[in-house]
Amino acid sequence: MSHQSAKNVSRRTLLKTAGASGVVLAAPMLNRAWAADPVEINMLAWYGHAEPDIVEEFEAQNNVKFVPKYYAGGDNMLALMAQSPPGTYDIILSDAEFVQQLNAAGYIQELDPADYPFDDFFPEFQKFPGHWIGDQLWSVMVRYGLLGVSFNTDVITHDEAMSYNVFWDSRLTGKVGHFDWHLPNLGQMSLLNGNDNPSPFDIDGAAWEAVQEKTLSLKPQVGGYFDYGGTFSSLKTGEMHAVCGIGDWITGVLQKDGAPVDSVIPEEGGIQWTESYSVGIGTEKGEIAKKFIQYMLSPAGQVRSIQMAAYPGLSPTKSGWAAIQEANPDEAKRSGLIEGAANDPIRLKREGRIHYRDIPRQQSLEDWNDFWSEYKNA
Amino acid sequence: MATSSRYAFTWRLPMLIWQAAFFVVPLVFMAAISFWLVKNYRMEPDFILKNWSKMLGRGFFWDAYWITLWRASLAALVISLIAFPASYSLAYKVSESVRRWAVFFLIVPFFTSYLVRAYAWQVILAENGVVNAVLGQVGLGPFTMLNTGFGAMIGYLTLTLPLVIVLQTFSLSGVDRNQIEAAWNLGCSPLRTIVQVIVPSARVGLIIGAVFCFILTFGDFVSPFYLGGSKPPTLSILIIDTTKSGQQWPRAAVVALIMIATLFCTAFAAVSAAYRKRTR
Repeated sequence: MSHQSAKNVSRRTLLKTAGASGVVLAAPMLNRAWAADPVEINMLAWYGHAEPDIVEEFEAQNNVKFVPKYYAGGDNMLALMAQSPPGTYDIILSDAEFVQQLNAAGYIQELDPADYPFDDFFPEFQKFPGHWIGDQLWSVMVRYGLLGVSFNTDVITHDEAMSYNVFWDSRLTGKVGHFDWHLPNLGQMSLLNGNDNPSPFDIDGAAWEAVQEKTLSLKPQVGGYFDYGGTFSSLKTGEMHAVCGIGDWITGVLQKDGAPVDSVIPEEGGIQWTESYSVGIGTEKGEIAKKFIQYMLSPAGQVRSIQMAAYPGLSPTKSGWAAIQEANPDEAKRSGLIEGAANDPIRLKREGRIHYRDIPRQQSLEDWNDFWSEYKNA
Repeated sequence: MATSSRYAFTWRLPMLIWQAAFFVVPLVFMAAISFWLVKNYRMEPDFILKNWSKMLGRGFFWDAYWITLWRASLAALVISLIAFPASYSLAYKVSESVRRWAVFFLIVPFFTSYLVRAYAWQVILAENGVVNAVLGQVGLGPFTMLNTGFGAMIGYLTLTLPLVIVLQTFSLSGVDRNQIEAAWNLGCSPLRTIVQVIVPSARVGLIIGAVFCFILTFGDFVSPFYLGGSKPPTLSILIIDTTKSGQQWPRAAVVALIMIATLFCTAFAAVSAAYRKRTR
């Protein structure tokens, strides 16, 4: 700019420029003031459910922010609920077998079935046990998975893994790991003993004795008892060649990393874990919690749930299957979300090979846990 | 005299407050909840003996107790023996400057998380890990080291060896050099000098080092869980198991109180032995 032109800048031009600059500089502040702060939704859930890969789209669309409290295990979840005043958690993700206890303790509120797309559910899941009391709905299933034999494919073939008896194979001595929770492990031992009617968790005293005896006979094969992280690393490093009490929720993640592992549902049957959302009693954010459950049941939500980074799950809805087949055909094929596929979970369910994970019906949880401690020390 | 007592008491006060706030009060609370009841996953104040009878009456508790005691005792002995040559070298065979740097580098591992170091050992000890890869080059192995007692012991070494070396080094450095030289002048062999002069003179520090090792390994959760594969479970793992299922914090408190009682007895016995006057 020349000296002459600088002199030509009038006072009016200067004021206009300064005014415009002021508006531009103040814009972020004004925007911030106009936009409402995101509404915080307190979620109690297993790890991964409030991570960006699941909730970021919903958060952006609804100007909300999830504040998760993660737990490890249904007992832990119930304890956190018991120790918190009503209204602490707006939305609660729980294993299905604990919904009845949440309800009995008055921690969750009744839901309106008309709010949720039950027509889109596969018939097997429309009236999930424990979620309904008569026509009253207390929790909505959003995902599930199957537990069977998880193994290293370099050591064990798929055919060999089709029976829990493979855990006793001499090649696996010292190489069988346990996911350190009594329910899935003892449930699988119960299935191996033929306790599939009505349920591997509904067994009388004699059958319970037999389950304990069978489990103790596995002890010489056992290489360790692992938590979530330990199970991952023991399979990934090849330290364990087979793990009891888990399924695709672990091996599915490892497969994505290229580990030679897989899970199958053996002939004796598999155990189903089920995750459901409930709305906490006393919450003032029931509407947005309901909207989130609806989102998770939508095709877009189900695609995210099926591919959840922390651990994959299966979809209970028909539209969820269609959506994953379109969005990620490889994942649909891998997880069996294709009607009639060999690992189609609905087909397995209809063949009677899948049993819901449950709490012991004829013994106490304490009985099962005490035996698990004895087994670990045996 | 009264003024001097008040002066001394004032200086002791922070320690007394700390002990009361962070040890005595929590301990009393823990003792109290060991008699409480858990109902619907919630603890309720009560006075029941069931938690004590339930835990002390079960075989798995005593199995866990003895394995924990055995492993901690073994770790204290083995780690003290492994530490001694290093401590001896640092105390007598290197310059002051080297000793200072060595002590610094012994402290450095504590800058990183013990859990992270345990995870690193998983990679090293795994069957397809670093150690077996090296041994494989000379036609040995593979050996199972992870998820065994050996794996847990490696973890204990990671946790306590630097500390034990530091304590032993300070203790050995404090031994009167005139005594050592007198022993040599009187014809003592190096080994006899160590056994009959140096070790008795440094007894307090050596025992304190072993006691610290015992205390840390007795209550350790990370090594027996992540490197020992919970096989068999120790008392710290039993505490986790007990709280995980049914939220039985009162029963976990029973286990914790037994652990504290054991550590008290061990520490008192060791300190008594350390400060006992030599009879000859």
